[in-house]
Amino acid sequence: MTLPVTPSQTIGPFFAVGLCWPDGPDVVPAGTPGAVWVGGRVTDGAGDPVPDALVETWQADPQGRFAHPDDPRRPAGGAGVPGFRGFGRCATDASGRWAVRTLKPGPLPAPDAGLEAPHLDVSVFARGLLHRVVTRVYFPDEADANAADPLLASIPDPAVRARLVAVVDGAGLRFDIRLQGEQETPFLAI
Amino acid sequence: MAELPGYVREGPGTDPPLDFPAYRATRLRVPRRPLVPLPQRLSEVTGPLLGEGRVGELDHDLTAQHAGEPLGERIVVAGRVLDGDGRPVPHTLVEVWQANAGGRYRHDGDRHPAPLDPNFSGAGRCLTDAEGRWRFVTVKPGAYPWQNHDNAWRPAHIHFSLFGRAFAQRLITQMYFPGDPLFGFDPILGSVPEAARQRLVACLDLDVTVPGWGLGYRWDIVLRGREATPLDNQDEDP
Repeated sequence: MTLPVTPSQTIGPFFAVGLCWPDGPDVVPAGTPGAVWVGGRVTDGAGDPVPDALVETWQADPQGRFAHPDDPRRPAGGAGVPGFRGFGRCATDASGRWAVRTLKPGPLPAPDAGLEAPHLDVSVFARGLLHRVVTRVYFPDEADANAADPLLASIPDPAVRARLVAVVDGAGLRFDIRLQGEQETPFLAI
Repeated sequence: MAELPGYVREGPGTDPPLDFPAYRATRLRVPRRPLVPLPQRLSEVTGPLLGEGRVGELDHDLTAQHAGEPLGERIVVAGRVLDGDGRPVPHTLVEVWQANAGGRYRHDGDRHPAPLDPNFSGAGRCLTDAEGRWRFVTVKPGAYPWQNHDNAWRPAHIHFSLFGRAFAQRLITQMYFPGDPLFGFDPILGSVPEAARQRLVACLDLDVTVPGWGLGYRWDIVLRGREATPLDNQDEDP
């Protein structure tokens, strides 16, 4: 049986009524050893902040595993990081800023393409986006793994590719999301 | 490691295009460069399985979250979450938010001069059961004006957020009510290819209706289905 898939609609400007969780940005709980803030600004084609976007992240744990039945290498019980959720959700503030507290994931085996470098999958929802846009955050201290990553390798222009790699910013990592314009973030067709 | 089956990418007939100028807010927000193809690998075929701890006992009943009952027409909205292969999606988080009966959201950014209702927050959540069923009790949201164009009004709708079981299935959408005369004037519903628009419209259902209390609407939500496994299509190119 094949059923017709339900179409997407914009998240609209008022999602904070229902989608903001107090612990949304906590991919790992406060106090987790090695936790780092990953975040930045969401801006539009005029360079103005997008104050009504929702950014969500999804990632493997530091061993590169997912607590999910479709990960054939699922972590053995109790081996993971306490409180690790893998998922982060943060609405942008008035200046377009978002951030999640997380741990760097491990690399992932790609059955068709060697190893994927550590990364976060990112969804961006906003008024004006009729469906989500998807991108990835890669890590600046993983130059070798990034050089071998199949998705990064599929982007020919090194300047465009570099926009998927976060930059060190104080104690955290900065990843700006430019929805449109000269420095537009590469978005991915999933 | 064996190759993992991914999720079927929708063809052009399902989702709205990002670039849809009649919806004015798209203009400075939609990406202009072509999307980079992302093969679905481990990060995309897994996803957050958010459980019981996130859903309180009254979260599915938007009429029972305050001391008194909200004003407006009480309704029940129910349905199933399925995937494109017709399989139920069990134990998955469903989140909803909506305007009150007067068409006003409990949000600082909502400037519509209709009254707030002290007995209505407009947010709900629940988990689907083992058969993918969900159910909310609420009041019918009102239509409301917005700034998209002169005399623009949104048809009544409830926002839905779904996770499914994989990042590739994540969906945020809106449910509409049958026969709304504003359908033909709304660029957000109108952004959906015409043949797929009806999929966003609930139907009146007397089996969901609570006799003597409130009308019921049924709406099934279909997330992407699984691609055939590599074994099924080993004669084809991927």
